[in-house]
Amino acid sequence: MRLAIARDMSSPDNAPAAPDWDAIARDPAFRILLADKIKFLVPATIFFVIYYFALPVLVGFYPEFMSREVFGSLNLAYLFALSQFFMAWILAGLYVVVARRWDRDSDAVLKKLGR
Amino acid sequence: MMPLFFAQADPPAQTDRVALFMFLAFVAATLVITYFSARKSKGSSAYFAAGRRITGWQNGLAVAGDYMSAASFLGIAGMIALNGYDGFMYSVGFLVAYLTVLFIVAEPLRNAGKYTMADLLAYRLKPRPVRAMASLSTLTVSIFYMIAQMVGAGALVKLLLPAISYEQAVIGVGVLMVVYVVFGGMIATTWVQIIKAVLLMSGSIFLSILVMAKFDFSVMKFFDSLTAISSTAADGTEVTRNFLTPGLLFKNPWDQISLGLALVFGTAGLPHILIRFYTVPDARTARSSVVWAMVIIGLFYIMTTFFGFGAASLLGPDFINAHGGTNMAAPELARALGGNIFFAFISAVAFATILAVVAGLTISASTSFAHDFFTNVIHHGREHRPGEEVRVARITAFVVGALSIGIAIILGPTVNVAFLVGLAFAVAASANLPAIVLSIFWKRFNTTGAVCGLGVGLVSSIALILVSPDFMKENPIFPLKNPALLSMPLGFLGAILGTLFTHEPSSEDKFTELEVRANTGLGAEKATEH
Repeated sequence: MRLAIARDMSSPDNAPAAPDWDAIARDPAFRILLADKIKFLVPATIFFVIYYFALPVLVGFYPEFMSREVFGSLNLAYLFALSQFFMAWILAGLYVVVARRWDRDSDAVLKKLGR
Repeated sequence: MMPLFFAQADPPAQTDRVALFMFLAFVAATLVITYFSARKSKGSSAYFAAGRRITGWQNGLAVAGDYMSAASFLGIAGMIALNGYDGFMYSVGFLVAYLTVLFIVAEPLRNAGKYTMADLLAYRLKPRPVRAMASLSTLTVSIFYMIAQMVGAGALVKLLLPAISYEQAVIGVGVLMVVYVVFGGMIATTWVQIIKAVLLMSGSIFLSILVMAKFDFSVMKFFDSLTAISSTAADGTEVTRNFLTPGLLFKNPWDQISLGLALVFGTAGLPHILIRFYTVPDARTARSSVVWAMVIIGLFYIMTTFFGFGAASLLGPDFINAHGGTNMAAPELARALGGNIFFAFISAVAFATILAVVAGLTISASTSFAHDFFTNVIHHGREHRPGEEVRVARITAFVVGALSIGIAIILGPTVNVAFLVGLAFAVAASANLPAIVLSIFWKRFNTTGAVCGLGVGLVSSIALILVSPDFMKENPIFPLKNPALLSMPLGFLGAILGTLFTHEPSSEDKFTELEVRANTGLGAEKATEH
């Protein structure tokens, strides 16, 4: 593993020797990038975990309530299960949007440090 | 609504011929791909990671093809057809799981690793013990999952093509997967998975359209037909049930919660899924491939509504039970709506589905053995001869194939192996995921923690399965079918306690490097030149 990395670093497109990891890690812009990521990932993960597990919990423990028909013969249980697909797609879409910003920020950090 | 009855126009022998022809057409196409891939599969990066030149949408299709097994295609359709809503609820977790993959695992893995899941762990930890454990866990997950697929494949081909015996089907599937992996490596595996995903989606879309045509494309008419599905109960009486009501199949909510944990956190620890992210040029493409996969997987599982409930409404549970049961709901629906040609097509799709998944499992097991265990644990990270790693992987693929064929034949078609799939997900969630997450996010994490986490997750998953209702029919010691609810917290606990009881300054020092690599892609493995 270490050998492979050393080999890569010596290839012509990657002229500089081993990057100064500590310098990048200490850079304020890099710390802000990490904080931004956590600010999105932690609440988003907590949200989808709660939203998802609400399904087996509600359907399993409150089947009568979830069997209530709300739209023709469509009941809460089916609509809530279906909504999970859209929840997942919407969160993935949001992630792609914020991740584009992170890409720009991370490119900026590397550029500033001459990488 | 009365179940429709359909005249069988052609004798079964002719169906067999059409289905066999489609099977063979698919096999021929995949062998041509393997032939061309073999010429490109020179060198480790080409063989293990397709040269890292797969595009985002291609890898998205391949991830979907790697992931959606015959159990989800035929099994979930059948669960919905026989028991309604509960089967549909089951399918939700398979998509939501990709949020974990997208948020936590895909990009850091691509940035910091090379060929296997263990690469990410070995980065900052002592490579040999961590790789040995990770490789053991990878082989366990892949082989359990593989045996489930092989037994399922044998049983399925027997139903679809009665002329072929269980043993012939198992050997056929096993030989083909070994051929793909040994000769075509990751390039051939990827294209088999892409073709499978396209076939599976085409078949599902067409089947859904045919179902909705029966209801004049009115969604309300379709759902109205599900509120009174008649079937014959075990005691012979006629019962009418609303198939949109939960609880017709699953009785213990805790079973669903535990299974949900295994799915939602296990998918991000499935080695055969994770290695797919090494086949793309960079972490950004890994991200877009997860999003493509989520579109395809989500659409597929939403469509189970049409062909699962459609089979319940148009064929009826009694008809399905009389014609092969759960796994035959979708093919029989295809026969009823599109004739024997469509039945043959759906059967060929099911066959392609199995092959794509087992090929992915074979290459994941052989990559881990060759790269993690042989090169890094035994040979301390050095290839003694050029091309040795790939050669070891090819031999491993052959051995894995032979073993799986042997075990599947010994078990036979009647053994219920569904628990093996749940077990694979549980081990992935309880052993692999804690190690991956803590390695990326916890500076203090160390080698002892990783080895304890992997070990405790692996052993507790297997031990709890052995005392679960699937094994102990009466008075099981552990009441749930899937162990994840207990084994996943145990895996995390093992990893955390193992870390806290030991000190390893080098792991904390190298955390900085991993943090920078994982978040910027600096120093990541590059795609090979044309």
